[in-house]
Amino acid sequence: MSEENPILFGLYTPPHPHPLLAPDQNPGWGRLRAAFDTCRERVQSSGADLILIYSTIWPSIIGHQIQANPRAEWTHVDDDFHDLGSMPYSFGMDAEFAAEYRDRCEARGLHARTIAYDGFPIDTGSVVALSLLNPDDTIPACIVSSNVYANRSETMVLGKAARDALIAQGKKAVVIVVASLSNRMFTEHIEPAEDRIHSQKDDEWNRKLLEFFADGRLEDISQLSRDIQGQIRVQKVVAYKPVWWMSAVMGQHNSYDGEVLAYEALHGSGGAVISLTPAAESIGDKEFDEDDVEFYRGDRNVLEGGVANENRDGQIGDMQASAGVVGNLDESDSKAPTSQTFPDIISTDSAPNPVGAYPHARRVGDLLYLSGVGPRQPSSNEIPGGPIEDDAGLPLDYDIEAQTKACIANVDAILQASGARLDDVLDITTFLVDMKRDFSGYNEVYATYFNKIQATRTTLEVSALPTPIAVEMKVIARAPPI
Amino acid sequence: MKRERALGSTMADGEIVLGCLAPHPPHLVYAENPAQNQPSSEGGWEMLRWGYAALARKLAKIEYDTIVVFTPHWMTYIGTHFLGLPNFKSLSVDPIFPNLFRYSYDLTVDVELSEAMHKATAEAGLVTKMMRNPDFRVDYGTITSCHLLDPNWSKPIVTISSNRSRDYYSVEVMNEQATALGQACRRAIKESGKKVVLVSSNSLSHRHFTTEAPLPEDMSREHIYNHSQYIWDMKMVRMMREGKMQEIIDIMPEFTEQTIAETDGGGLTWMMAAMAMPDYPAEIYGYQSVIGTGNAIAAWDPDETRREVVM
Repeated sequence: MSEENPILFGLYTPPHPHPLLAPDQNPGWGRLRAAFDTCRERVQSSGADLILIYSTIWPSIIGHQIQANPRAEWTHVDDDFHDLGSMPYSFGMDAEFAAEYRDRCEARGLHARTIAYDGFPIDTGSVVALSLLNPDDTIPACIVSSNVYANRSETMVLGKAARDALIAQGKKAVVIVVASLSNRMFTEHIEPAEDRIHSQKDDEWNRKLLEFFADGRLEDISQLSRDIQGQIRVQKVVAYKPVWWMSAVMGQHNSYDGEVLAYEALHGSGGAVISLTPAAESIGDKEFDEDDVEFYRGDRNVLEGGVANENRDGQIGDMQASAGVVGNLDESDSKAPTSQTFPDIISTDSAPNPVGAYPHARRVGDLLYLSGVGPRQPSSNEIPGGPIEDDAGLPLDYDIEAQTKACIANVDAILQASGARLDDVLDITTFLVDMKRDFSGYNEVYATYFNKIQATRTTLEVSALPTPIAVEMKVIARAPPI
Repeated sequence: MKRERALGSTMADGEIVLGCLAPHPPHLVYAENPAQNQPSSEGGWEMLRWGYAALARKLAKIEYDTIVVFTPHWMTYIGTHFLGLPNFKSLSVDPIFPNLFRYSYDLTVDVELSEAMHKATAEAGLVTKMMRNPDFRVDYGTITSCHLLDPNWSKPIVTISSNRSRDYYSVEVMNEQATALGQACRRAIKESGKKVVLVSSNSLSHRHFTTEAPLPEDMSREHIYNHSQYIWDMKMVRMMREGKMQEIIDIMPEFTEQTIAETDGGGLTWMMAAMAMPDYPAEIYGYQSVIGTGNAIAAWDPDETRREVVM
């Protein structure tokens, strides 16, 4: 793993109070308590600067809330299990980190706010986790809520923003998600000795998930989250979110040493204490069925009088995807990240507007990575050489040479905006929608620009591009000296 | 009282003297700036606050012993719970809107009635539990609705939790269970000999905005979340005015699912069942959106001589 990885290890812990308040009443609850105790020793000896918690039972509506009270104190009582007793607490929170986390959320398009109010009700799961894992309050904590309306993209970005904040402050963290596996509890009173997983199906799914966790396959579980929600989650909220957040904050891969320290029933739900430590080796390839998300562009502008995905006047907001891609292509909005929020991002008015949540280019070290760009004209969105199909999807004749020239001109514009030029191009990947028809014309135009440059090149045929164009180029170039 | 009954006394039956649909957006307390609440505001949401004030005036003229509140913000998954200690005093901080609601409360509970309803509910076959932990914090829904209906906290209350059968099963199951709960509470109230005001503490449509205006009480930013919610809310209010409460309960599943309504907690169903499904017009005291949700204040008065057309 990279030395810059800010995550020491991750923990998955149950939200119920039984391991804290009643470990002696049921052997399984006692084993969960023992697992907490084992993790406590690891947390305390980890050298962590911070314990960062995402709690699925701290709901929020106005974006996400981040606990920032330097001294959060109260005596908490669970809504359901109040007869098990009270939970007095006094937790130190890292207010400086909370503010950084909030800012990083905002930079990625999320709405977030810190809260620091005496008497704010910290949720049962967070109280249990911090009481058992950090009983002497030696490591400051930060807790982030789970927005009731949030789905995958928002939760993923929330995790990435946490990682941004840790890196920005140079802090090492133990991250914790507070969540059940299966969350169906018995809806009647049971004696502690009678506790068991609510159903055979829930138990089987839980054990399958635990196999994944034990193998360190965090990103695979993230990709399975929608299935998990459908199979073993009571529909209290719209989605099973904790592993989306956990995977995003821990790096979106399967390279962990996983350890299931305990798995027991908690009034019928699946409670587990699981540890994931970053490792050099992965058990196998991760499964990416869904897109990665860097910025959130959801319905956060509703209050401004707009409708989600409302388009900006005069821009490409009415453009519809071609080739069977459903939906509006203009995801850009006035809150798009800029070079001011991410200094390595390059965006320019001299190139066509992106049709998604991405910049024109990013600089990493001495290299420039350009997003794929086609021939659309920056100001008008017209396609030199004509579109490849009409609004009804019927094919049109078009000029591949003109499209290729315009495409290269757009590459050049982005490079110039980055302080580079075509001579700096090192590698090109070209996508053509009709190799047989267009390769010759494209190749001829290409040579007039790149014959002397001798960039490496790969040309592929694809079934469609997201606007009615025939060619798109993806470029890596040498960055100018800083 | 128990001795009198044992001797075959003719103690008058208890009765429900009023039922109130009393939504609990903390914004309404925030806007009022009462001494108990820490944040201060410049006002806002007057249509609802004036409506609440009118209903509070009516309530002040009615003789009653206890307010019984059904709140969706005490969510329980293992049956229905009842407050079971005589006093609760603490600070209530809204976990969703802590910037608006940090309210110091000191309330009394009618434990006798609470236990009677608990007993009747258990006898009806429902899962139920008394809450007797003195450190328990009363939810902000209860506090908001009670504060606005009875600003002086002049009467004891009983809070009933919202069993989340809607989450575990469906709105239909919620309707059935809340109906059984309401009927059980009706029996307990009748046997108690007390005069009781019922409160269903909930909004109608319940899709929120997920951003907040820089000044939360900026009324230029307030509107219903979408037109569909508004149409549904108006349909419900119209049926209330027409006394079609059975019909409302019948379409509750569709309404609740279409508008993500806070009726999913069961409060309105519970109250209507406890009041034997009123077929007379409700008094409407106001309707307004709060951060996108639809909120109606309404009252059902069994006493025809007191009943009036408010709006």
